[in-house]
Amino acid sequence: MTKKPKKRKKSEAPNSGLIDITQKKFRWSDYLAEKIIKGVAFLSITIIILIFIFVFRESLPIFASSKSLEHSEATSNTTEVQETYGEVTDQQPIVEEVQETYGEVTDQSDVQETYGEVRDTSSAKSQVESYVVSDGSGYDDNQSALKSLMSKDWYPVSEKPRFGLFSLIIGTFKITVISILFAAPLAILAAVYTASFAGKRLKEIIKPTIELLAGFPSVVIGFFALMVLATFLQEVFHYDTRLNSFVGGIAMGIAAIPIIFTITEDALTAVPKTFNEASLALGASKWQTAFFVILPAATPGIFAAILLGIGRVFGETMIALMATGNAAQMGMNPFESVRTLAATIGAEMAEVVFGDTHYNVLFLIGSLLFIFTFVINAIAEFYVKGKLMKRIQGK
Amino acid sequence: MTFEKIHTENMVLHYGSKMALNNISIKIPENKVTAFIGPSGCGKSTFLRSLNRMNDLIDGVKIEGKILIDGVNIYDNNIDVVTLRKKVGMVFQKSNPFAKSIYENVAYGPRINGVKDKNQLDEIVESALKNAAIWEEVKDRLGDSAMGLSGGQQQRLCIARTLAVNPEIVLMDEPASALDPLSTSKIEELIVQLKEKYTIVIVTHNMQQAARISDLTAFFYLGELIEFDKTKKIFTNPEKKQTEDYITGRFG
Amino acid sequence: MIKSFKKNIKGILIEGLTLSSALIIIAIVVVMFTVILIGGKDQITWEFLTSFPEDGMTKGGIFPAIYGTALLVIIMSVAAVPFGTITAIYLTEYAKENSVIAKTIRFAVRTLAVIPSIIYGLFGLGFFIKFVGTQMDNAFLGGQLKWGQPNILWASLTMALLTLPVVIVSVEEALKTVPKDLRAASLALGATKWQTIWKVVIPGSISGIMTGTILAVSRAAGEVAPILFTGVAYYLATLPGSLSDQFMVLGYHIYVMSTQSANVDQTMPIQFGTTLVLLMLTFILNFTAIILRYRIRKKKTD
Repeated sequence: MTKKPKKRKKSEAPNSGLIDITQKKFRWSDYLAEKIIKGVAFLSITIIILIFIFVFRESLPIFASSKSLEHSEATSNTTEVQETYGEVTDQQPIVEEVQETYGEVTDQSDVQETYGEVRDTSSAKSQVESYVVSDGSGYDDNQSALKSLMSKDWYPVSEKPRFGLFSLIIGTFKITVISILFAAPLAILAAVYTASFAGKRLKEIIKPTIELLAGFPSVVIGFFALMVLATFLQEVFHYDTRLNSFVGGIAMGIAAIPIIFTITEDALTAVPKTFNEASLALGASKWQTAFFVILPAATPGIFAAILLGIGRVFGETMIALMATGNAAQMGMNPFESVRTLAATIGAEMAEVVFGDTHYNVLFLIGSLLFIFTFVINAIAEFYVKGKLMKRIQGK
Repeated sequence: MTFEKIHTENMVLHYGSKMALNNISIKIPENKVTAFIGPSGCGKSTFLRSLNRMNDLIDGVKIEGKILIDGVNIYDNNIDVVTLRKKVGMVFQKSNPFAKSIYENVAYGPRINGVKDKNQLDEIVESALKNAAIWEEVKDRLGDSAMGLSGGQQQRLCIARTLAVNPEIVLMDEPASALDPLSTSKIEELIVQLKEKYTIVIVTHNMQQAARISDLTAFFYLGELIEFDKTKKIFTNPEKKQTEDYITGRFG
Repeated sequence: MIKSFKKNIKGILIEGLTLSSALIIIAIVVVMFTVILIGGKDQITWEFLTSFPEDGMTKGGIFPAIYGTALLVIIMSVAAVPFGTITAIYLTEYAKENSVIAKTIRFAVRTLAVIPSIIYGLFGLGFFIKFVGTQMDNAFLGGQLKWGQPNILWASLTMALLTLPVVIVSVEEALKTVPKDLRAASLALGATKWQTIWKVVIPGSISGIMTGTILAVSRAAGEVAPILFTGVAYYLATLPGSLSDQFMVLGYHIYVMSTQSANVDQTMPIQFGTTLVLLMLTFILNFTAIILRYRIRKKKTD
């Protein structure tokens, strides 16, 4: 829109040739911009709702009344697919109890059932692999699936599939405990150091390093754990199974350190400087101030940090797939292989038949993970906001 | 009935529940410099910002009464606020040039008004910079960043930027308070020249400045307009005692 | 005297304890990086980076994985950066600071940020592939199967959802560094709100938008879980030619090679090489973003 700028002349009579403000203009670009921007912003809320809906939707059939037993075939589309999801050899979902060792002699102590499937286990040497989906079980009896959810056995691809989540839950639990026991003290103490003791130069080394750690892709940490850490730990601790919940837990801990550190450090530095000054002025030393004044004041934040660390570990997939041995077992021994909930989804989703019970159960696991992390995040947020605000503003 | 350039009647302003301006009625003539003076917090800046509806940007502000510019109530429903702000320009207390070149700062206003022709823009920029008495200092470095100018120069640049839009009224909110005495006097000179073409309303906490450059002075206190008259009269023979107390330095 | 001496010892021990924790963490990072560097550095040759894998991954290079990773992040950025930037603009420029809308959106963003990445994969499968894709096939192809299966488009969009929070947070931070009085100056000159945003605020936040983009790209390059069943593959003879093709990526390559390789000794160097490439990539990206963010924060305090 081109408008000539009005030129004012001194000799012009007042109230003529002046800028007229009485016509409200409708500005298209502003209107459009506002509408579009508002619309897009609501997208994030929409996305969360959509995720809720679609993840739950695919798990719902479990709760429906039982469908008739079908052996659904591999749908024809899958042969169109050029490639498989990592089908070089795949022992994972089939031989449940073999602890995976990747590149070492397999420890065959617990081989249970092998499920007779048609699988194309073409070796790595062939150039193009065709995708033959496991008939899976094509199992569609949702009632018995529902019943088996709380059982101990996770045998999703047997003749009579059982979808016992219990062993997976135990596995996830073990990993989480080990990883937090490893990561939390390290991260929190390091944060205390950075917030209360470190000089500027050290701070500028510590903080970026931990930020870099945060940038490590989890597949890289998993690789490191699988190749190096596992061997190292086995030599130090002398246990039998190379890949187990201990190794996986430490590796997950490494992945969780940055988030626990960052949030703890934020919490510590958010404590008002006046607390610090008051304590020092009373003659307390730096460490006394740090531990008896600042740390307690930041407790809600530290709690939140740990919660978020737990959330991170709970849902971590790649490290679990690579370093935990992937055997769904129930024991409490940390040096046994385990299978986590997230790893189960990651390992098996690629092979299920769309729509069958196994598929639905995996989505159900996903829904559980989603709820769990959502709740943890909500608690961390509201607890921190609530308690923290009360503490700083006086109860 | 003819109105003065700016004419308010019983104007009241609330910030939420707090009343900040009470019953302001004033007639500000065109092509003169009118100064608003008064102690901190008396409402003079708030009133100034009502004249170009910059108070709209603050939540919870409610305005009653009439504010007329050229006989038109600027708070009417069918008023185009954007055009109003072209008619009534504003220079802020702390200079706020954009992080662009000197040229682009001044050209910003005309550009958003749709002026695209380079020659036209060049003309407008040059004339605005001349009117702001800074042309000689920057004419050879129009492409340099505005952030490289001194405080006083930046403020004059902001004045040029405002003039480039061709307003009729220029509001100035303590334009020299952050500047050194030399820059301040340059700006004061500038203001006196500008009144030929524009109507100037300036808020200042510096009484001597008001006495030096304004034709009319309004004294505000605690949200009320205490006295409004020719500057000479205000400073030599004010009617109200409060005015006299302020002028003679008894408070504020 | 003794008492204060004891106190001092205690203090020194405690400071030492916390310092060692920090040092242990740094050591872990250094060890991880060094091990991968040593294991993989010999692999990094021009050939390695530009040729296809041969002989069942025991020889050759990883070019298709690099290509696929690059393609993935590009498509993802095209989706995530505009959406994220616009959302951030809404939060800082349009929404009232403490309104319900703003708080809800911020909560949604923070929730998105902590959802496990595998869930995004599930969503990609359940929504993009099985819902949108199938609908597209029904509508445009009469039921023929083309879009209702895993491919790079769906994988990239899934990844875009994952990185959306990262973009939003970075851009918001940058938008906030533009001083309020610049906006006031623009409005006082008779600019509209959108003109002010477009001509003053956004140009002033370009570095934040860049930081957000870089962080998103870095994240997307390394995440594997969301694409496990939305489009990635281990070996493809050709590069993806269209949005409906599958693709390879570095992260998935590492995963499959290290867990399912038949011939570990031969592929081990390649595994390390690929890991090193991925690590260097994310390292450089993150480093750049950290520097950018440092400069943004410095500008804020000036």
